[in-house]
Amino acid sequence: MSTALTAMQHGLQNCEACGLLSRPAPGEVEGHCPRCNEELTFRKHSSLQRTWAFLIGAAICYVPANLLPVLTTTTAAGPESDTILQGVVLLWSPTGWPLSLIVLFASIMIPSAKILALAYLLVSAQRGSVNNNDQRVRLYRVVEIIGRWSMVDVFVDAFTAALVQLQPLMSVAPAPGLFFFAAVVVLTMLAVESFDPRLIWDSASSREVEHA
Amino acid sequence: MPDSDRPLPHVPESRMLSKRRTRLSVVWIVPIVAAIIGVWVAVTRILGEGPQVKIVFASADGLEAGKTKIQCNGVEVGTITTVRLSDDHKKVLTTAQMAPKTESFLLDDTRFWVVRPRISGANVSGLGTLISGAYVAMDIGQSHQAKRDFVALDTPPVVTGDVPGRFFTLKTPDLGSLDTGTPIFYRRLQVGQVASYVLDKSGLSLDVKVFVTAPYHQYVTPNTRFWNASGIDVSLTANGLSVQTQSVLSVLIGGIAFETATSDPLLPAADENTVFTLFDNRAEAFKQPARNPQTYQVVFKQSVRGLAVGAPVEFRGISLGEVAEVNAQIDAQTFEFSAPVIINLDAQRLGVQVRGLAPGTDFNTIRKQLVDALIAHGVRAQLRTGSLLTGALYVAFDFFPDAPPTTVDWSQTPPQLPAVPGQLEAVEASAVGIIKKLNEVPYKQIGDDLRNAIVELDRTLVSARGTLDSGRGTLDNANKLIEPNSVLGAELGNTLQEVSQAARSVRVLADYLERHPEALIRGKTGEAR
Repeated sequence: MSTALTAMQHGLQNCEACGLLSRPAPGEVEGHCPRCNEELTFRKHSSLQRTWAFLIGAAICYVPANLLPVLTTTTAAGPESDTILQGVVLLWSPTGWPLSLIVLFASIMIPSAKILALAYLLVSAQRGSVNNNDQRVRLYRVVEIIGRWSMVDVFVDAFTAALVQLQPLMSVAPAPGLFFFAAVVVLTMLAVESFDPRLIWDSASSREVEHA
Repeated sequence: MPDSDRPLPHVPESRMLSKRRTRLSVVWIVPIVAAIIGVWVAVTRILGEGPQVKIVFASADGLEAGKTKIQCNGVEVGTITTVRLSDDHKKVLTTAQMAPKTESFLLDDTRFWVVRPRISGANVSGLGTLISGAYVAMDIGQSHQAKRDFVALDTPPVVTGDVPGRFFTLKTPDLGSLDTGTPIFYRRLQVGQVASYVLDKSGLSLDVKVFVTAPYHQYVTPNTRFWNASGIDVSLTANGLSVQTQSVLSVLIGGIAFETATSDPLLPAADENTVFTLFDNRAEAFKQPARNPQTYQVVFKQSVRGLAVGAPVEFRGISLGEVAEVNAQIDAQTFEFSAPVIINLDAQRLGVQVRGLAPGTDFNTIRKQLVDALIAHGVRAQLRTGSLLTGALYVAFDFFPDAPPTTVDWSQTPPQLPAVPGQLEAVEASAVGIIKKLNEVPYKQIGDDLRNAIVELDRTLVSARGTLDSGRGTLDNANKLIEPNSVLGAELGNTLQEVSQAARSVRVLADYLERHPEALIRGKTGEAR
């Protein structure tokens, strides 16, 4: 990776909102953008700590999200609660396997992959790793883009619960697992948001500077 | 890439605001809260779990681990969590996670069984399981002893829980249309069900266990009769058509009825598991027991078609007994075919009173004399048609004074009583005689003679006409003679006048002679005129 100067190394701050480059007031490290009044920092406030907090919260919620039922279907046969994994198994049929795979990916693999990816980014950033910067940044982007799609599952369940209300025959109600699942999605998104990707190459730049 | 040594253009300085920095981010509340909620959920889950029980099933048909529910009176109290085969592959071992606070239900005599759709005549049950799949039903026992290992029942119990009532055992050689759940009727009121049935050890009869619910069980006394009231009991006998049913339900699916004869003494209610006999029908159930049965045989030399075993034997309309057997025999000498009918007479059982019996003597001692006397007076057995509709026959004893005298053959076993041909047979015989005589009439000859006679008659008539014509001529002549102006008439008138005058003279003479009889001798004397 080609090394470059960072704004921080020059004591400059980049506004995240309008992109204006500015210098903090003397003796200060933080300020507000003179153009758009956005808060300016060299790096996001306690990014690692916040990200860790959100990530741990998401990881904790991930357990009940998968163990508790997400949807209670009440039919003439009686109430039936299904967890996400049970739903995957239920959908798995010669014709329904693509749907089953989508649920498997969107609801189980992506959240877990996100948590693992963020954990990896955090650990590597904390340890000041200089390897695979390229890939780590790419990983961060993928996590950021893909993250919101996990919410699809929550929306689908919410829609189903709202639409399938054929009272005597069948009704669907969200079960506690769904709230945990939504919490996982929201917390991972917050974690991604609070992670400052510049930390990925800060260590590389600083090392290079030291080298130079 | 910009060089760090290059002079930068004018860069404005950022404004200063109050700074606030905390060492520990507030965001840490998020994982803490998540952890607290997670732990709380886990704790409530673990604490909320009820006891685990093991249930052994004969078959796992319809059982699904994690899906199949355990219900008690329709309330879900648990879920089957694992289903696996026993080590000998003969049974299915399951574990069930019961709902919290169900410990008090899991008692020594608590029963489990699989509810599947069952259509067993009397009741259609478990229809809901067609959609929902089978579930395990639980019936809470009465015991005080807790238990965790259960063996499920193969069939649902008929009587669940603490339904008050009593079990009785009925012995029957044939199950008929009975099944578990078949209703029991008392005066057409459904009062119980067949709980179970089992072939007894000998294999000759079945023990049907019935449950009679309270308060009707008190009507079952040791002398109560149970009978099979299955369907419609239609019997066409010599007594006519009789239809016996209990209810529409029993018509469709069968049933058992019981009743205590009003003539029987009132007894206290029967104990649990009292054994009764299950009769085939009501009549059989209430048949009086044999008191003094006597077997006789009557040999009929006519068709016994329509004579069934059990047909009544009557003496002038009073039932005396019934037909026990209808046999057939051939005489090797005469090749005569006849039907010996064995009859059981038990007059006393059928309510015939014996009166005027000298005290201390048994009726049996005078029986032979009685029978001999009756036969001597012309009592004979006869087959009669009891019902024109069915043609069913019965054996009737009646007086036939014209019957040839005979005696009872006491040497045979059973003793043979004399018989006369049946009514129909007698009528038939005389009819045949008439027809035979009619057949003997020489119709052809009569016809021929008749034709000849007619020809003869024709001729006669022709000559008769001639005769008549001449007759008319004669009459005409006669007419002419007696016409008022005819000569004959005038002469006749004159003659008659003459005769009249003559008669007058004779009368004068007679008068004179009466007055003067002497004139006959002296002649007419001159009277002094």
